[in-house]
Amino acid sequence: MKKNQTELIREISGVNPLKCMKCGKCSASCPSYDEMDIKPHQFVSYVLRDDIEALANSKSLWKCLSCFACVERCPRNVEPAKLIDAARQLVIRQRGTEEGLSPDEIPALLDEDMPQQLLVSAFRRYRR
Amino acid sequence: MNYSYYPGCTLRTKAKALDVYARRSAEALGFTLEEIEDWQCCGGVYPMGSDEIATKLSSVRALCAAREKGQPVVTLCSACHHVLKRVNDDMKNVPKIRDAANAYMGEEVPYTGETEVLHFLEVLRDKVGFDTLAGKVKNPLTGRKIGAYYGCLLLRPGQVMGFDDPENPKIIEDFIRAIGAEPVTYGMRNECCGGYISLREGETAKKMSDSIMENAADQGAEMLVTACPLCMYNLNKSEKLPVYYFTELLAEALGVKEAAEA
Ligand code: SF4
Ligand code: SF4
Repeated sequence: MKKNQTELIREISGVNPLKCMKCGKCSASCPSYDEMDIKPHQFVSYVLRDDIEALANSKSLWKCLSCFACVERCPRNVEPAKLIDAARQLVIRQRGTEEGLSPDEIPALLDEDMPQQLLVSAFRRYRR
Repeated sequence: MNYSYYPGCTLRTKAKALDVYARRSAEALGFTLEEIEDWQCCGGVYPMGSDEIATKLSSVRALCAAREKGQPVVTLCSACHHVLKRVNDDMKNVPKIRDAANAYMGEEVPYTGETEVLHFLEVLRDKVGFDTLAGKVKNPLTGRKIGAYYGCLLLRPGQVMGFDDPENPKIIEDFIRAIGAEPVTYGMRNECCGGYISLREGETAKKMSDSIMENAADQGAEMLVTACPLCMYNLNKSEKLPVYYFTELLAEALGVKEAAEA
């Protein structure tokens, strides 16, 4: 039988959302909190509710900075960043996204000092 | 002792300074960074997915090359360090990733995370020793008030990175002391500079860099040091304080800065 979306997210992320005690520390630590429509601690709840469609459409997928503050500070070792990343992977693998970065955009974004690291990192995180 | 050295893409291009000052300083301290042949870009961001294998292979190749020589691998860029260290941890501790990666690699002896991954700062602290370093300083940077900017990637997740206390690190402060300058501690030294978001959302990233700079300046820092080319780029958008690679100050203190630039 085809795996459902919740199972896929749990498998890709390796996260057990049941460990979460909803303390909110991950979201309180997140430097992108203001930019996110669904906050890091809410990702856990959405997975528990099987509402993966909402996560797939969330702009938070493109706002996480991989700073791992939420991972470091979660008292239950839930690793919410991995859920956000798994949801992003799911979108890219299953349907692609217009929000993703296209090489055509790059020339207009370049400046004199920009490190290669920024381009490779952005492509890894924002690829369509 | 010599080390296998993984420079990464940016140290060959926009961050040459981070690289040349480190190599020269290493020689002055009595060790050599032997560049790994045909290394490939680490990708800049650790691939978190438990089924992401191909994206981890460039790191595995570098780790295998170092194993061949029986050397630890040394990194300078925070992002390379983060990716190599975490992939190495996966190869050691996550059978699913280890087996799949080894199936791709086809090494005679499967790779199981044997290589030690060290950041250059860890070499200074744990192999050279900050006391020995202090003894080799020719031009102490006396009177300079320097804020250490750690950012995210060297420290977190602490369990895997094992670099320092992720919430209250002191390795760069100790380094600053060893080269004769005065470390200035400030709260935001381990907060994110915005990372790759600056490519398309410059304003958001700038807000983050501005608050880091302001916090450091408020505490009395006159300059910041970093190990990361992307942190350097993002912080420089703020223009409040000058930012240096830690290796440049190291080379200056060891009296090899001009030689490195030649
Ligand atoms: S910090 Fe951990 S336990 Fe607390 S809400 Fe976030 S994921 Fe749940
Ligand atoms: S890793 Fe992502 S979700 Fe977690 S604190 Fe950093 S930006 Fe927020």
